[in-house]
Amino acid sequence: MKAASNINFTLEKAKVLGLAGESGSGKTTIALALLRLLPSNAILKSGSVFLDGQNILELPENALRKEIRWKRISLVSQAAMNALNPVFRVGEQIKEAILAHSDVSDKEAEQRVKELLEEVGISQERYASYPHELSGGMRQRAIIAMALALNPDIVIADEPTTALDVIVQAQILLLLKRLQTSKKLSMILITHDLSLIAEMCDNAAIIYAGQIVEYASTREVFRNPSHPYTMGLMAAIPKVYAPKTRLASIAGSPPDLINLPRGCKFARRCKFATQKCVQEEPPLEEISPGHFSKCWYAREIGQ
Amino acid sequence: MNESDNVVIKAVDLKKHFEAKLGLLDTLMRRKILIRAVDGVSIWVKKGEILGLAGESGSGKTTLGRTLLRLIEPTSGHIYFRDLEITRLSKRELKRIRPKIQIIFQDPFESVNPRMTVYDVVAEGLRINRRVLGVKSEKDIEEMVKQALALVQLVPPEQFLNRYPHELSGGQRQRVAIARALVLKPEFIVADEPVSMLDVSIRAEVLNVMMDLKDKLGLSFLMITHDLALAKHVCDRLAIMYLGKIVEMGNAEEVINQPLHPYTQALIAAIPSGDPEGRKVKVLAKGEVPSSVNIPNGCRFHPRCPYAKELCARVEPELRSVGNEHYVACHYYEEALSYFKSQNA
Repeated sequence: MKAASNINFTLEKAKVLGLAGESGSGKTTIALALLRLLPSNAILKSGSVFLDGQNILELPENALRKEIRWKRISLVSQAAMNALNPVFRVGEQIKEAILAHSDVSDKEAEQRVKELLEEVGISQERYASYPHELSGGMRQRAIIAMALALNPDIVIADEPTTALDVIVQAQILLLLKRLQTSKKLSMILITHDLSLIAEMCDNAAIIYAGQIVEYASTREVFRNPSHPYTMGLMAAIPKVYAPKTRLASIAGSPPDLINLPRGCKFARRCKFATQKCVQEEPPLEEISPGHFSKCWYAREIGQ
Repeated sequence: MNESDNVVIKAVDLKKHFEAKLGLLDTLMRRKILIRAVDGVSIWVKKGEILGLAGESGSGKTTLGRTLLRLIEPTSGHIYFRDLEITRLSKRELKRIRPKIQIIFQDPFESVNPRMTVYDVVAEGLRINRRVLGVKSEKDIEEMVKQALALVQLVPPEQFLNRYPHELSGGQRQRVAIARALVLKPEFIVADEPVSMLDVSIRAEVLNVMMDLKDKLGLSFLMITHDLALAKHVCDRLAIMYLGKIVEMGNAEEVINQPLHPYTQALIAAIPSGDPEGRKVKVLAKGEVPSSVNIPNGCRFHPRCPYAKELCARVEPELRSVGNEHYVACHYYEEALSYFKSQNA
């Protein structure tokens, strides 16, 4: 099964890159591959991940674990309930992470945790709480605190608000944005929700069937969507400030990743598809400066 | 309240309280804790409309939907299906009208038996209700199943009859679930988060089917959703629920464009605009929804409300009409609205 292939992107310092795709598009696989955290049945066939010029996929596991994960790149995961260990106090869990990765005393680490908790909007008294004693929003804040514990440069946030109600989601989004700006974090936001990309990201990659099909600045993607899939997604999103309208859907469903079709992976669902699309796979091509689309007709359909 | 002939289903002061599961100590002390999931709700759905019921998790919207159909027995209050008070019916009498009031669940993957073909799934209700519906032969059943599949755009129906659920996409499966309700010729359907398990790109195929059924057959829906942006585009009217009560109700576009209740305002301000150059999300309510075991006194929303005053902590506001079938339960909605407008100008 080809979960993700030919993924190329650049994360700029202190910027937020969005990876948007629907279920099974491979977006989480990409995130885990960046850190070589894929489950044991996954094979990372090829590719490189350069962090300040160093290919971190070539590092021995030990060095990756000690020097890169958590310290340089950390993960804010999706399942707020599973990301924390239910039998340990929240503060202790974060403290353990700090102690395991840096040379500080127990007391210093505890102090650091308390500061972190305050920073993400959890009162210090919650240090001794168990995960189940926290609300969903508070748990997500604790996970963010843990991700920031070692002052990473890069945070990968994988569906950080998916399980949350809309008001709590807004609280978490504002928190992430504030931390990202104040700490000059580089961030990858993985989401199924294009409206979060619009809200949070400087650049956006749209993923379909394990491939990037469109890539540009967020503004450009929304102003001039140039892949039929992106256009379809945009028409399918209900916008709260737009006048009432009939929503559109994209016919059909994504291809089976075990048995990917030849040619463009989106061709079967695409209203613009021609014989060429079915037979030949289009390259991800730069159609205007910084704007890439994987469609033979990107320039025409954009009109 | 609105007493039009066109009302298909109506609830008056409906309540559903659950007793919480307690620990041993509570049991020994004979302590009882009540969860007031639905706590005095009066709503109605008219013929040929989709009423949206929105609120965060824990608001009681799913319990309300099920209680309306007496899938959960209400603690008190009255439910009318047209002129018939269904809260007075015996179980047996209820069975006779059951085909008229149906429900569609959230998860089309779980609500459809994987070992039954599409034909069997849709025909099941007809077989069970054979006598009530006056269905005679298998041929009648087949005809009715085909009609229902055509109505949900699974065409030509013959191509779908012998398929199994796993051979269908999520959107098709949810349409089978609608067809299963539809085949019983219902007048009212509760759709409980009908698209929240589906990818965004295929949601519209299910929602548009619902809207077409409303227009063509005059069907009425209560659509339970947490997605207000979606509700704006799909629903005719919208009711906002918070901790077991309706806090605002009115024309869907009006409620979204001119939200009167501070809670509705907070919900709307929190929705991403979907435009990188548009409005950014705002947080207008403090904290999170409290547990429905500890419902605050006075206005339930007052501990989170930016406009709360002394009165709000003491007196629970009634849901009152402000004209144009728009209702709100807030002592200070005028102030809230003018502030909201000034913020979002």
